[in-house]
Amino acid sequence: MNYLENRKYVIQAIFLIVGVVFALRLFYIQVVDSSYKQAAETNAIKPIIQYPFRGLIYDRNGQLLVQNTPVYDLMVIPKEVKQVDTLRLCKLLNIPVEDARERFKKARTFSYVQPSIFFQKLSTEDFARIQDNLIDFPGFYINARTARGYPHSSLSHALGYIAEISPKQLEDSAYKGYRPGDYIGKSGIEQEYEKFLMGRRGVKYKMVNVRGVDKGSFKDGAYDTLSVAGQNLISTIDLDLQKYGEFLMNGAKGSVVAIEPSTGEVLAYISSPFYDPNLFTGKDYGKNYMKLLTSPDKTMFNRPIMASSNPPGSIFKLAHALIALQEGVITPNTGYPCNQALVTCSHAHPAPTDLTIAIKTSCNPYFYQVYRALLNQGKSKNIFKDTAIGLADWREQILTFGFGTHLGIDLPNEKQGIIASNKMYDRIYGENRWKFSTIYSLSIGQGELGVTPLQMANFMAIIANRGFYYQPHIIRSVGEHGKPLPEYQKRHYTSVAAKHYAPIIEGMAAVVQSGTGVNAKLEKVGITVCGKTGTAENPQGKDHAVFVAFAPKDNPKIAIAVYVENAGFGAQSAAPIAGLMIEKYLTDSVSRKPMEQWVLSRKYLEVE
Amino acid sequence: MGVEPKVLGGRIVAPSSRRTSRKIIQNLDWVTVLLYFLLVALGWMNIYAVVYSPDNIVNIFSFEINSGKQLVWIGTAVILIIMLLVVDYKIYEHLAYPIYGSIILLLLFTLAVASPVAGSRSWLDLGGGVRLQPAELAKFATALAVSKYLSGVNLRHQNMKDQMKLAAITFLPPVIIILQNETGTALVFGAFILAFFREGMSPLILIIGGSAAAIFILTLLVPKLYLILGIAVLMGLATWLDYRLMRRIKTMIFILVVISGMIFSVDYFVNNVLQPHQQNRIKALINPEADPLGFGWNVTQSKIAIGSGGFWGKGFLEGTQTKFDFVPEQSTDFIFCTIGEEHGWIGSTVLIALFMLLLIRIVAVAERQKSVFGRTYGYCVASIIFFHFLVNVGMTIGLAPVVGIPLPFFSYGGSSLWSFTVLLFILLAIDANRSQELVR
Repeated sequence: MNYLENRKYVIQAIFLIVGVVFALRLFYIQVVDSSYKQAAETNAIKPIIQYPFRGLIYDRNGQLLVQNTPVYDLMVIPKEVKQVDTLRLCKLLNIPVEDARERFKKARTFSYVQPSIFFQKLSTEDFARIQDNLIDFPGFYINARTARGYPHSSLSHALGYIAEISPKQLEDSAYKGYRPGDYIGKSGIEQEYEKFLMGRRGVKYKMVNVRGVDKGSFKDGAYDTLSVAGQNLISTIDLDLQKYGEFLMNGAKGSVVAIEPSTGEVLAYISSPFYDPNLFTGKDYGKNYMKLLTSPDKTMFNRPIMASSNPPGSIFKLAHALIALQEGVITPNTGYPCNQALVTCSHAHPAPTDLTIAIKTSCNPYFYQVYRALLNQGKSKNIFKDTAIGLADWREQILTFGFGTHLGIDLPNEKQGIIASNKMYDRIYGENRWKFSTIYSLSIGQGELGVTPLQMANFMAIIANRGFYYQPHIIRSVGEHGKPLPEYQKRHYTSVAAKHYAPIIEGMAAVVQSGTGVNAKLEKVGITVCGKTGTAENPQGKDHAVFVAFAPKDNPKIAIAVYVENAGFGAQSAAPIAGLMIEKYLTDSVSRKPMEQWVLSRKYLEVE
Repeated sequence: MGVEPKVLGGRIVAPSSRRTSRKIIQNLDWVTVLLYFLLVALGWMNIYAVVYSPDNIVNIFSFEINSGKQLVWIGTAVILIIMLLVVDYKIYEHLAYPIYGSIILLLLFTLAVASPVAGSRSWLDLGGGVRLQPAELAKFATALAVSKYLSGVNLRHQNMKDQMKLAAITFLPPVIIILQNETGTALVFGAFILAFFREGMSPLILIIGGSAAAIFILTLLVPKLYLILGIAVLMGLATWLDYRLMRRIKTMIFILVVISGMIFSVDYFVNNVLQPHQQNRIKALINPEADPLGFGWNVTQSKIAIGSGGFWGKGFLEGTQTKFDFVPEQSTDFIFCTIGEEHGWIGSTVLIALFMLLLIRIVAVAERQKSVFGRTYGYCVASIIFFHFLVNVGMTIGLAPVVGIPLPFFSYGGSSLWSFTVLLFILLAIDANRSQELVR
C-alpha cells in the first residue's frame, strides 16, 4: 500500500511539470519574443491608404489630354452571397453562366470572407443597370475607383502610361514610399513628372476586426494624414496639330516633331505607329502591352527621341555650310562646279554658282568641296593631321547645334545620337591613317552620323532663331499658374554668328519655292516656308525620307522635322506632310486637299 | 476531520438531516470550493472581456451577451451544487452502474437521432433552444463506474479478465463519442490512465504510452533517420551502463525494430488514417507558419494574441486581438487567449498556478478517502481536469494540437460548466461524508 501511495508524488510531479513548462513557454511567447507584438499591431490596426487624385494634363490651349475617369468594379464577398439568381446576374452582366460560375469560384478560392473583384471595369450602361438591381444580390457591391483616361486617344508616346510598380522598382531606394500595388508612371510624361502628378498619399489608421470590418478610427485619427492631390500639368502640345499630324502619319512609320522656335516648346510629337493610350488602363493592359512591344513595326519604340542611328542625309549640308561660313572657308558667293567625278549628284541642275543655288539643288559635289575646304584648312602640312584637326574643330562646332548630345527634353530615354569623332576613326582606321577622302560621306550627311528627329526639329529652330535654341520641352508649367522652369528660358547659342544664317535661310526658301521642297509650298496662303529635303540611306531597305522646315520665313512660328521610314526621297512624302502641318498650325485650316490625299494614299511607300 | 465516525453494529447510522447539513458545511473542503468559485468568476469576467466593445458597451449582466448567459449557467450550477451536497452521498457509489448504463444509452440515442451540428452528432435538442451534450455527462458517469469497479478488484494482481473489463468500461463511451464525431471529447478518457496508475496499474503502460506520444510528436519534427539513430544511441548507452540489459540484447533490438516501424508508419497514419481536418491540426502544431491564414490560423492568431500581452498584459477590456474576432472560438475553447492578452504573463501564470493548486488539492482530497471508490473517483476528477487543462492551454500556445475541448470552469457554455461542477462536487460530497465511511 505504501508503495502505491507514493505514486501520488509521481502524479503531482506530472501536474507540476506541465504547469512549469506552460509558464516557461508563455514567458518566451509573451516576454522574450517580440515578433508577436508586431504581428498584433498589423493585425488590428490597418493603415488605409488614401490615394490622391493624380494630376491632370492639358494641352497648350486648355484641352484636356489626360483625366481620371471613374471606374466601377463589381465586387463579391462569397460569405454574404445567398440564393443568387445566377441567370439574372449573367443577363445583367452579359456573360455566359459558366463564366459567372468560374468567376465566383475564383473569388471563393481567394477568400471566403474578403471581397474580391467579380467583374472589372463595368461599362457605364452596365453600371447603371446593375446598380438598380443590386439589392437582389446580397454579397455583391460596386466599388468605385479612378483610372487614367485619355479622351483624345492621342499623343501616346509622349504621355506614356501608368501601371503597377514593378518588384524591381520596389527594391530601388529611389522609389521608397511606394507600396506593392501602387500605380506609377512607366514612360513619357507620366514617368518624367511622376513626383508632381502623384500628389501625396494620406494614411488613415483604422481598427478592423478579422474580417476587415471597420471598428472606427485609431486614437480618433491622431495619426491620420490627409492626401494631397497631384498637380496638373500644362503641356506645350497643340492638340489640334497633334491630331492632324497623327491623321497624316497613320499607317506610315516615322516621326514628326514640331517646335516653337521662340520658346523651345514642342507643338507636336508623333511617333508612328502610335497607339491608343487607353489600351493601357484596363484589365487587358498586360496583353495589349506585349502585343505592341513585340509588333514588327516596333510600336513601343519612341522614335522622335530614340531613333538615333539614322543618318540625317542632305539636311546636314546646311550645318556644314554654316560652320564653313563661320570658319571663313567659303562666302555666300562661293561657287564650285557640280563635278560628278567626286560624288554623284542625282539632281539635274545648273552649276551651283553660289551657296543659295547649291542649297536649292542640294548639290552633292558642291558640299563635298565645302566640307573638304572645312576639314583641310592647311593647319598642318601632314594631310592626315590636317584632316584630324579639321574634323575635331568641326565636331566641336556641330555639337553646339545640339547634335550628338542630349537636348534634355522632359521625356525619359532620350538618345544623344552619333557624331563622327577623331577617336572613332582612329579606332576604325588607326591614328593618322585616315584623311578627307576616307570620310567624305559626312559631307552629304551620311556615314558615321546619327541624329534623332527631335534634334532635326531643334536644328530648324536654331536656323529660325538665327543661331540659338531653347531646350525643347513638352510641359510648359506645373500647375495652372506655374511659371516655365528657368532652364527652359536659357538661350543655347551655336558657334556660328547670326549673320551667317541669312544666306542659308535664303537657300531654304528657294528649296521650297522652286527646289526639291516644292511640295511644302504655301505661297497661295501667303506663307513663305523655308525647308530642306533629305534622304537617309537605309541599308536594310528603301531609304528614309526627311524634310525639315520652319515658317514663316520672317518671325518664324514653327520649326518642324518629318521623318518617314522607307519612303524614299524626302520631297515625295516628308515635304508635303510638313507643309500641310505648317499650314494647319498657322492658319488652322488646310487648303491643299489634293496634297493631303496624296499623303494618305501612301503611294510613296510602295517598293520600287 | 476530527469528527469520530459513528458506527453501530457494523451499520452506518444515518444522522438527522439537520445534523448532516451542518456536518457537510463543517466537513466540506472549502479550499477546493474557493478555488472553484475563483476560476468560475475569473472565467465569467473574461467571457465579458471577449464580447466587450468600446463602441457599444453592454452591461456585463445583460442576457444579450455571453457573460449574461453564463451568469445563468453559474446560478444553476450553484443550485446543482446544493442538490449534489444534500443528496445522500452513498447513492453515487450505489447508483454508479445504473448512471453509467443510462448515459451509454443516452449516448447511443443521441447518435441515432441527433442532427449534425458542424459535423458533430453529439448534441441533443431538448426543445426551447436548450441543447445538451451527453458526451460531457459521460465523463463523470464513467469516472463513477470505473471507481466502483476498482473498489471491487485489485489491479495489481495480473488478472487479465478484470483488466479487460476495466478497459471495456473505460473505452466504451469514447468509442460512441468518436462515432458522434467528437474526437476531442473522446480523447479525454485516455486521462483515466493516471487514476489506474495510482490504483496499481503497471508503470510500464504509463511509460510506454508517454514514450509513444513523445515519439509520435518527435517523428513529425525530426528527420526519421536521425530520430532512429538517436534512440539507438540512447538504448546502446543504457545497455552499456547497465550490464543486466546485456542479457536482454535481443529484446532491446526487438524494441528498436518496433519503434522504427512505428516511426515509419506515422506518415501513413497522418496522411491516410486521419481525416483532413485532423491532419491539418497536426500540421498546424508542427509548423503553423506554413499556412498562417489556412490551417495554421487558429494557432497563429492565438499565439499573436497571447504574445502581444507582454509581461503585464494590456489591461482588463483593453485587448484588441481577442476583441476583433481574430481568434476564433475565443469565449469557449480559446478563452485562455484573453487572459494572455489582457493580463500578460503574470495573469497567465496566476491562472496556471490556480489550476495547479486545484489539482494538487484534489489529489490530497482523494488520498484522504478511506474507500477505494472515493479515492479512485478523486483521481479520475483530477485526471480529467488535468487533461482538459493540458490540451486546452497547450493548443493556444502551440504545444498541443488544436482539439476543441474547453478549459474547465472557465470556458463559456452550460454543458461544460455543469459537467465539471457535477464532477467536482460529487467528490466534495463524498469527501464531506468521509468520516462516516468504514475502512474496508
